[in-house]
Amino acid sequence: MTLGLADGGGHCVTTSDTSTGRRPRRWHIAVFLAPAVAVYSAFMIIPLVSTLYQSFFSKEWDFVGLGNFVQLFTDPRLSASFWNALGNNFYFFVIHMIVQNPIGILLAALLSNPRLRLRGFYRTVFFIPTILSFVIVGFVWKLILSPTWGISKTLMNSVGIGWLYQPWLGKEESALTTLALISNWQFIGIPMMLIYAALLSIPDEVIEAAECDGITGWAQFWKIQLPLVLPAIGIISILTFVGNFNAFDLIYAAQGAQAGPNFSTDLLGTLLFRTFFGAQLQLGDRGLGSAIAAVMFLIILIGVCIYLFGVQTRLRRYQF
Amino acid sequence: MHFKTLMLAGSALALAAGMGQAFAQDVTLTIESWRTDDLAIWQDKIIPAFEASHPGIKVVFSPTAPTEYNAALNAKLEGGSAGDIVTCRPFDVSLGLFDQGYLADLTGLDGMENFSPVAKAAWSTDDQSKTFCVPMGAVIHGFIYNKDAFDALGLTEPKTVAEFHAVLDAIKADGTYIPLAMGTNDQWEAATMGYQNIGPTYWKGEEGRLALIAGTEKLTDPEWVEPYAELASWKPYLGDGFEAQTYSDSQNLFTLGRAAIYPAGSWEIAGFNTNADFKMGAFPPPVVNAGDTCYISDHTDIGIGANAASPNLEAAKTFLSWVASSEFGTIEANALPGFYPLSTEPVTIEDPLAQEFASWRSECEPTIRSTYAILSRGTPNLENETWNASAQVIKGLETPEAAGARLQDGLNAWYKPAAM
Repeated sequence: MTLGLADGGGHCVTTSDTSTGRRPRRWHIAVFLAPAVAVYSAFMIIPLVSTLYQSFFSKEWDFVGLGNFVQLFTDPRLSASFWNALGNNFYFFVIHMIVQNPIGILLAALLSNPRLRLRGFYRTVFFIPTILSFVIVGFVWKLILSPTWGISKTLMNSVGIGWLYQPWLGKEESALTTLALISNWQFIGIPMMLIYAALLSIPDEVIEAAECDGITGWAQFWKIQLPLVLPAIGIISILTFVGNFNAFDLIYAAQGAQAGPNFSTDLLGTLLFRTFFGAQLQLGDRGLGSAIAAVMFLIILIGVCIYLFGVQTRLRRYQF
Repeated sequence: MHFKTLMLAGSALALAAGMGQAFAQDVTLTIESWRTDDLAIWQDKIIPAFEASHPGIKVVFSPTAPTEYNAALNAKLEGGSAGDIVTCRPFDVSLGLFDQGYLADLTGLDGMENFSPVAKAAWSTDDQSKTFCVPMGAVIHGFIYNKDAFDALGLTEPKTVAEFHAVLDAIKADGTYIPLAMGTNDQWEAATMGYQNIGPTYWKGEEGRLALIAGTEKLTDPEWVEPYAELASWKPYLGDGFEAQTYSDSQNLFTLGRAAIYPAGSWEIAGFNTNADFKMGAFPPPVVNAGDTCYISDHTDIGIGANAASPNLEAAKTFLSWVASSEFGTIEANALPGFYPLSTEPVTIEDPLAQEFASWRSECEPTIRSTYAILSRGTPNLENETWNASAQVIKGLETPEAAGARLQDGLNAWYKPAAM
């Protein structure tokens, strides 16, 4: 295995020697960066900063300092909703980590098997739900699972397990799991594609060397392929984490802003929506909503930092 | 080419010279509303009638989905992009908008004198000194039933709660129909069509509602808990998997003839008339003992006001005066059966089902939904909490007493009744 660092710079850094000492201003750097910086600032940085700024103001737009945050964590009802939403969010994330990502990796491993036929077909089929809109996914699954019109009941009856049928989306104990699994179904294509690409980038020599040493089949997957795609798995985990803690659309499309039944599917995103914009007779509170958004931002920031400094720096990277 | 250039020059001239009359007159008013179902009626009946008598004013009806309306409207008003005319939710939501200066003061509007203080109460300040929306319609709660099913099973309209249960039992025993079309998935169905429908009978309408606001009655009192107990007893009569049954599922179950009784609001009438191909009847919420006074929820549900920041405020007021007239009332009552004009000017209703609902106004005492006025001003919001409690009680996950205690607790957290 060659572990040589890429040294692409070596061939290119020749022009500066010939200059007469005064380095020209490299305007092109600013010019090329400008569009990205402008767009990123306008759509990400400015809204983010103004949300953090708003979180220090009350509904009547008086400066209240950390008042909104104090209220969020000390008001018995609001803090109960917040912890409920945070707990649900973690559960939602855990389901993605133990269902979506392992299955995604498994599918990628199967797809990268050179003996598999119709590979392109399977790849497309597994990826298609990812490009569907949340609204369509939410609506279609709601219809499939509907106790009144849904085909799930009929299908289960036809194979003799009709007694297992429950109105899953309407029961507190099963609604969140059901929605998490729907979301897994939708996004399974993302880990699959990333891992698939990582698996394809493993050179054949490595695999052949392993085969010469008698490592084949599952042992090959566990001992050769999996360690080599670990960085990709890390990236998938962090993408899942960020995506899940920002999740809102599916819950809103399937269960509405009240995140029923009895707030069992309430995520930080739906709590933020109800607080910020209001719900039915409850008026919106921009300051408090922004405070929730700020806390969400912090949670995601902490999660990403743990990954960056705690996990990523320890991952061994192999270059071929 | 020459002709085009001339036209351009001409129109530029006209623009420069004639900013006055011609252009200022021809304004377009945009109406914000949550009544997506009524789009066709506004476009085909109401707006043409207005435009015919008011040349120079064009009206566009631009509704948003009901569940998104409040949030979307708030955001649009804050951002300055809301339409000129705003459909008003009753009570605190609109009062909040008025207090923030988003709704124009309409106290002296021509036509406002056509409304009784009760009708105006939903869109007036607490001291009734200022009114900011023209009352447009009320909805009445009751039960719509499949008349063919009742005839086939030899059933008659129940008058008392005991008769109601006997009817439900008979339908369930027969097995052809789901007795009650209601689900808890959307939560508000259980609260609005359930609790607020049957509740006034127990808390004696306005008497109980005002006592609750005054603090002399509590949500833990029997008159407020009993309706929850009655709701809980509906569970065996609901369809399989009612926990995941949505509002539109319930509507479809009834109009497809699979369910026999639909706990209803009168706004369903128009849709049911088009979708159901069987005969329908309606009965008011049953009373506890035969001969008791009946109470109905005759809820002031829709008003219409003007965006204070609209550049076309005068035209908007002209439109609102017309809405206050009996011309609009008659179109509304017949084009939108189930929305009852609140104006004191007489209108005639032709739809038989809508007539049936309206006839209860003379037999029963009217009230409005208990949670809408004043009591949903704080957090936790009593209306939103009632949705949750009604759904939990029907599912049997919370006892009626526990629900009452929880709601009163929430109310105590922020509401202090004014000293009497």
